[in-house]
Amino acid sequence: MDKIKELANELTQVNEWPEFGAGDTLNVTYKIKEGDKERLQSFKGTVIQRRGSGTTETFTIRKISGGTGVERIFPLASPFLEKIVVEKQGAVRRARIFYLRDRTGKSARIKERKKYSTK
Amino acid sequence: MAGIIGKKIGMTSVYSAEGKNLPCTLIEAGPCVVTQIKSEEKDGYNSIQLGFGEKKDKHTTKALKGHFSKAGTSPKKKIVEFKSFSEANLGDVVTVDIFNEGEFVDVVGTSKGKGFQGVVKRHGFGGVGQATHGQHNRMRAPGSIGAASYPARVFKGMKMAGRTGGDRVKMINLQIVKVMPEKNILVVKGSVPGAKGSYLIIEK
Repeated sequence: MDKIKELANELTQVNEWPEFGAGDTLNVTYKIKEGDKERLQSFKGTVIQRRGSGTTETFTIRKISGGTGVERIFPLASPFLEKIVVEKQGAVRRARIFYLRDRTGKSARIKERKKYSTK
Repeated sequence: MAGIIGKKIGMTSVYSAEGKNLPCTLIEAGPCVVTQIKSEEKDGYNSIQLGFGEKKDKHTTKALKGHFSKAGTSPKKKIVEFKSFSEANLGDVVTVDIFNEGEFVDVVGTSKGKGFQGVVKRHGFGGVGQATHGQHNRMRAPGSIGAASYPARVFKGMKMAGRTGGDRVKMINLQIVKVMPEKNILVVKGSVPGAKGSYLIIEK
């Protein structure tokens, strides 16, 4: 197992991204290929899970678009990822917040995590 | 049909130059040593025998020790014959350098043993398809295995339940994604038969 990880690290580079986890609101900018043209697109939503480890780690973002839930899965090592901005840190109790899928409106809100200053 | 002997390390995914995420198998291939050269005159056919993987001296029979010392190498665990290797001398070392990126290779291995399996898993039968209408214990049954008084027997080769897996399987036309000569690693697109750590034959 370790040998796979070791070689995988050599084969794929994972860029440095800001720290984030389930419940955080992200704005992800990624490249889109249309024919031979490339353009940027962004996707803003709540992280509902991070999955895997190392070069094959992915994260899932969920947003409500036009009344329907939309989820996108991004591999962290994807060469199409351009930028990840953590817009809000959410206070959630679990690593995978799938319960969000069953909720809409008021109950789908996530409390913002309070930052305590270190004295 | 030049080739090399290797060991399966496991699978991962690698991004191609176009940004596609390719499922890949990592193979530790070589270095192999030419342990015998068979010729038309002496053996009736031309081939080359390669050895791979170190073997302890105490686990090697005297006969094999003599065989390996003739080639001037230490005892090897796995020995495989390859036909029509272009040119080789006894004791030559074959490494992954013989492969190029983008080339297509065949990989031979022994598939994972599944034990005694039914007809659904073994041959891909559909099963009955429903759980009601009188099926109480026949959901994965094979169904009819032939007609009655004529031919009054079951034809040979009828697909039935039995030992599954553990066979020699060849995966053909797997593309080489990357060759890492300094680590003796071959990265091949797609899956390869067998468990992690099992021996593989990679043919050009």
